[in-house]
Amino acid sequence: MSEPLIIRRRLPVGSMGKKANGWWGMLALIATEAALFAYLLFSYFFFDVQYGRGWLPEKLPAFRLSGPNTVILLLSSVAVWWAEREARKGNRARQCLGLAVGLLLGIAFVVIQGFEWADKTFTPFSSSYGSLFFTITGFHMAHVIAGLIVLASLLLWSALGYFDDRRNAPVTIGAIYWHFVDAVWLAVFFSLYVTPHLR
Amino acid sequence: MSATEYERTPAIAEKGYETPLAHDLEAIWESKPGIRGFLSTVDHKEIGIRYLVTSFVFLVLGGIEALVMRLQLAGPNKSLLTPEQYNELFSMHGLTMIFLYALPVLSGFSNYLFPLVLGSRDMAFPRLNAFSYWVYVASGIFMYASLVLGFAPNDGWFSYVPYALKPYNPGPNMDFYALGMIFYGVSTTVGSANFVVTFLRMRAPGMSINRVPILTWGTVTVSFGNLFAVPAVSLAFLMMWADRQFNTHFFTPETGGQPLLWQHLFWMFAHPWVYVVVLPAMGLVSDALPIFCRRPIVGYTVVVLGTITTMVLGFGVWLHHMFATGLPFLALSFFSAASFVITIPSAVAVFAWIATIWTGRPVITTAFLFFAGFIAMFVIGGVSGVMTAAVPADRQLTDTYFVVAHLHYVLIGINLFAVMGALYVWFPKITGRLMSERLGRWNFWLVFVGFNLGFFPMHVTGLMGMPRRIYTYPDGLGWDTLNLITTMGAFVLAIGILLLLINLAISRRGGAPAGPNPWDGPTLEWATPSPPPPYNFPVIPLVASRHPLWEERLGETEAGHSEIHRGPVLADGKEALATTALDAQPDVILKMPEDSYAPFVVTLAMAVAFTGLLLANWWVAGIGGLAILIGSLVWLWPEAALAQKARRPA
Repeated sequence: MSEPLIIRRRLPVGSMGKKANGWWGMLALIATEAALFAYLLFSYFFFDVQYGRGWLPEKLPAFRLSGPNTVILLLSSVAVWWAEREARKGNRARQCLGLAVGLLLGIAFVVIQGFEWADKTFTPFSSSYGSLFFTITGFHMAHVIAGLIVLASLLLWSALGYFDDRRNAPVTIGAIYWHFVDAVWLAVFFSLYVTPHLR
Repeated sequence: MSATEYERTPAIAEKGYETPLAHDLEAIWESKPGIRGFLSTVDHKEIGIRYLVTSFVFLVLGGIEALVMRLQLAGPNKSLLTPEQYNELFSMHGLTMIFLYALPVLSGFSNYLFPLVLGSRDMAFPRLNAFSYWVYVASGIFMYASLVLGFAPNDGWFSYVPYALKPYNPGPNMDFYALGMIFYGVSTTVGSANFVVTFLRMRAPGMSINRVPILTWGTVTVSFGNLFAVPAVSLAFLMMWADRQFNTHFFTPETGGQPLLWQHLFWMFAHPWVYVVVLPAMGLVSDALPIFCRRPIVGYTVVVLGTITTMVLGFGVWLHHMFATGLPFLALSFFSAASFVITIPSAVAVFAWIATIWTGRPVITTAFLFFAGFIAMFVIGGVSGVMTAAVPADRQLTDTYFVVAHLHYVLIGINLFAVMGALYVWFPKITGRLMSERLGRWNFWLVFVGFNLGFFPMHVTGLMGMPRRIYTYPDGLGWDTLNLITTMGAFVLAIGILLLLINLAISRRGGAPAGPNPWDGPTLEWATPSPPPPYNFPVIPLVASRHPLWEERLGETEAGHSEIHRGPVLADGKEALATTALDAQPDVILKMPEDSYAPFVVTLAMAVAFTGLLLANWWVAGIGGLAILIGSLVWLWPEAALAQKARRPA
């Protein structure tokens, strides 16, 4: 009789960090969302290649607002990363602070992006470039807003004392989603704002 | 033991199905009776059965649509249908069979079988599983509402632009399809995520990744594929809907849009989809055929690698649907070559099945006949596929009945034949009753003869130049007799499928009792009673080989002996064991969710939101969206019972 002895050991119970099924589910969600943005950017470059410079607006997308906004979004990721680290140490106050800072920086991103949109001379209905520009940045904006709802929920749950140093899987799972939203922005930013200047 | 304990060493015990422990587990896992249980159950077996039944309803609907079209085409110059009605019927037939039947029926088998063959108590995400089913039904009803209201999609299942756009298609027909497909994509996506995580995390201890049944390999491969393919079509349909609703300019050629972008995005999804609706069926055959050959499958490893290779290559051949669109020669050459290469991993599976039959001792049951027919149809459909992979041949054959013949050999041959065989194999597990073999023979031979009679002549009509999707044709073109034969074949096929339904209905109550393992199968589902209890296994099985129930006779005991009734006891509420992704070492004791109304309620909210979008009533859409948000928050709110909340300080 062979007994897999390994079975006789203490096992964690329930939702435990990266052992939680929710963590794996979030990775699957991120994979499919990443594919969505890949198809969006494919569509953008499909037009770009077919039409060339004439397809882009007269005035290329500028860095005046989008540059600082990119930095703001990256800083929010740092704040959320720090919050997650403090969560694992069981430091609830710092964890809440990190989530709150991440949330505020995210909101700032949305507001500045609103100004950036208002600044455009084209609309989603004026040209195929406009349709794509607003669809891509709009999809990203929708993901930021979803991420803000996630961060707000995590902040609330943290403040209510739902988590401690071991039981905090939702923070880990929410944080990776927020980092993904930021990483996608870098791809969007590079495609829509940087590549037009490289031709 | 409290619900918020952080660690535990599970007790190991020897427990069967007739013990006090099993009685306790039954009480913990069973769903409520009546309508409450119906709307809230998260039992994977119940959901699997629902998937199977619903997909067969859609199969019958799509079949009736096909029969009406065949009556119209039985002879030249018939006027049973107007051209508009014909357009709507072939569009509904296509989208029904490809989306509402072909994958959901396989998801039904996978949902039912995954936890049973993996030695688990449930899927990784039971509530998401229920959600995936409800969204599938709701999106199916959404798309069929168009037919009832007289506004069915009318541009074929691939709905090319610009015909699908507002100036040429002013009614709501294409809006139903566009929004319905985005809705449906949610079901496919969450279902796929569930299969992937279940495969990686929910296997019995010891069931390392080279010991899992092949049917799970087929499904997990296409589920990975879906995660990357479905966004393409959801995005394409969103763009189409925006072009129609808001005058954006994605596909409108006169204002800087690109009609060809539609075809790219659609086929980037839809070609992988072809493999999505066949690879799990091939997996079912790879597990079931060997049972009737009384030996393990030949070449387990190469069949699995072939499955994965097919899916990966399937992402690199979409352009072969667009050979006639004037693309650069270099692109055509590359995609033609890729399309030839993809035959190799498929052929590997075919030769493995043939070798399994050849070297085995075949038992000729109805299921075996269906699997043998499946292999033969696969070869015919494969060869006609190779023919259309060649650019010059394709330019002649594209948009003719040759392509119609090819795709039906693939879809009916590799999907429906496998599904019918699989029903004969696993129906006894699901119901505890064997199906009638006598009716089964009639069922098989009518389907086999009817199918070939109906679809083989289409190759010839196609070669003679008959275009697909024409609602009628003049006489004197030499197509009359062939079309009449095709129509007769279609009706014989329909009678064959009707016999299957009759067999299912009769055997459900009157079939001979099956017992746990009527076919003497090797995998874990055959170690459970038929039908299995809600908790599947009283203790978590320990697995030491690929064929836990055959390992003594095969001598597959170098890694020890599997143990079905001796293992970890997990009975402190709804519990399951998660194991590591590759080696299946015990990793964590999971707290599984109770039955929940959240999946049903969120689905209703989505239906409201999509109806609002369809009617361009943004208030209704907004209310639906808000309801989705609230429902999701309630669903995801951390619960102490699921061990998601910290222990309260005393």
